[in-house]
Amino acid sequence: MYGNDFSAPENTPGGGLLGEVEAAEAALREAATRQRGAAGPDADLEAYFADVIDADQKIEPRDWMPEAYRKTLIRQIAQHAHSEIIGMQPEGNWISRAPSLKRKAILLAKVQDEAGHGLYLYAAAETLGISRDELVQLLLDGRQKYSSIFNYPTLTWADVGAIGWLVDGAAIVNQVPLCRCSYGPYARAMIRVCKEESFHQRQGYEILHTLAHGTPAQKAMAQDAIDRWWYPSLAMFGPPDGDSTHSAQSMAWKIKRFSNDELRQRFVDMCVQQAEILGLTLPDPDLRWNDDRQAYDYTQPDYDELMRVIKGNGPCNRQRMEHRRRAHAEGAWVREAAAAYAAKHTSREKVAA
Amino acid sequence: MKNTFALALALGDDALIAAQRLGEWASRAPEMEEDIALANIALDQLGAARLLLTYAGELEGAGRDEDALAYLRDDREFTNCLLVELPNGDFAVTMAKLLLLSAYQLPLYTALAGCADERLAAIGAKARKESAYHLDHAALWVRRLGDGTDESHRRMQAAVDEVWPYAQELFRPWPGAPVDPATLRADFDGRVDAVLAEATLTRPADGWAPAGGRDGLHTEHLSFLLAEMQVLHRAHPGAKW
Repeated sequence: MYGNDFSAPENTPGGGLLGEVEAAEAALREAATRQRGAAGPDADLEAYFADVIDADQKIEPRDWMPEAYRKTLIRQIAQHAHSEIIGMQPEGNWISRAPSLKRKAILLAKVQDEAGHGLYLYAAAETLGISRDELVQLLLDGRQKYSSIFNYPTLTWADVGAIGWLVDGAAIVNQVPLCRCSYGPYARAMIRVCKEESFHQRQGYEILHTLAHGTPAQKAMAQDAIDRWWYPSLAMFGPPDGDSTHSAQSMAWKIKRFSNDELRQRFVDMCVQQAEILGLTLPDPDLRWNDDRQAYDYTQPDYDELMRVIKGNGPCNRQRMEHRRRAHAEGAWVREAAAAYAAKHTSREKVAA
Repeated sequence: MKNTFALALALGDDALIAAQRLGEWASRAPEMEEDIALANIALDQLGAARLLLTYAGELEGAGRDEDALAYLRDDREFTNCLLVELPNGDFAVTMAKLLLLSAYQLPLYTALAGCADERLAAIGAKARKESAYHLDHAALWVRRLGDGTDESHRRMQAAVDEVWPYAQELFRPWPGAPVDPATLRADFDGRVDAVLAEATLTRPADGWAPAGGRDGLHTEHLSFLLAEMQVLHRAHPGAKW
């Protein structure tokens, strides 16, 4: 409900992409009405799986699937879930200092939504036969990753706006095609997540819009935030296509629908126009329209930096993991108490019955 | 009118400072579901604070809106009860504070819902539903922790012992206010006693009774809380956000 707290300026982000989410949702409902029988006892399971993928039908938890498909999905969905949980930290950093009560309420609601997205995604991953506790342990042990973007610090209030506009914007561009991914539970989670994320993106954009039209100090704060978040946001789409290890197989399985570079280009094209409306600039002197390609030429992010951050050496990797581990460790006695209480009270109810 | 302004401001301050403390839990809760619940309760408190402070500003008639009241008063001008400004401590302390606060706010907002002031009545009617949920949530955890493991029982009892003295300030008589909090004590006692008994916890004896919040005489914690809450707003006088 906080998403509608302001009237959106013209051409705010999210509009066209939300249309794509709606279309994916309609397609999902339509696919569900086209009943398909389960594979018979003598069926060739691999051929059946391939047929389902070819027909753009959804694989559901009960269906046979190649072990590598299952593993790829577990890795991707879990890392997505971890990103939501770790992603609460950089923005949570500003809840106590939000500059107005309205902004504080919007930010609290957003961080709450992120925890909710984490829960949907862990639930989607659990349909693949792994528990949330196991996945959380993989994160805490550093054996599964989360999005590199959350290893950058939020240094000013404008960073909260830049995260909404650029980081959530990049996430949506990445996630909208996943609303049509071949694994049903993931596709359905993405539909819910994308709808809420598009509100967050608009809210972030609105923060920057207000700052850009505020005092000179506020405008400078907004520009500084965009200068720091632009390239890390571009890097969120992953390494260039030539270097991407999981791409080809994920495309064949219809988990991924577009390449890293295709999505990155789509994001750049979207942001240029929006930055103009904000009256702020993107920190790339070589950014210009290319009439032949009908797209913007732009400077690639520093992929060596991306690799350093992914490997654990970004500005906040240690801090983010330490924070997560501490919250988990300090909460252990609470979780144990809840389990002990539940065990006692179930057994008491049994006795009473 | 003067009493109505003072009550709206005091209750708005209670809710605002409670929201600020609960917001500190974001991304730190013992489990993900609890992260959501604590943020949810913080949002409810913040919502009530905004309504109460906006109304207080109108009654005062000096042109102060919710943000002027929240961000541009010093600790000596805040009139929240001491209970809500106490640090979060461990999860048991937070739940003990929430139990006492919501067992106070529920009958308070319920009484406000029936008072003669229409605006306060409307705010009370909205907020009491939220308080009922907060009380339910706190009671659930106090029972789980009190009647969970030996460790959680020890921590929950220690938490109740620590925050109990601050409950007494909540019921200081306030003659002439739209609702006199002193009339709510029996309701509070009934609810809290039932939860403590189910949680196998001992109700502390009344004794030391710290007070002063309603007069702007706070603990040493509030000034730090406000320094953090107000830092950005104060750094950009007159700016819109």
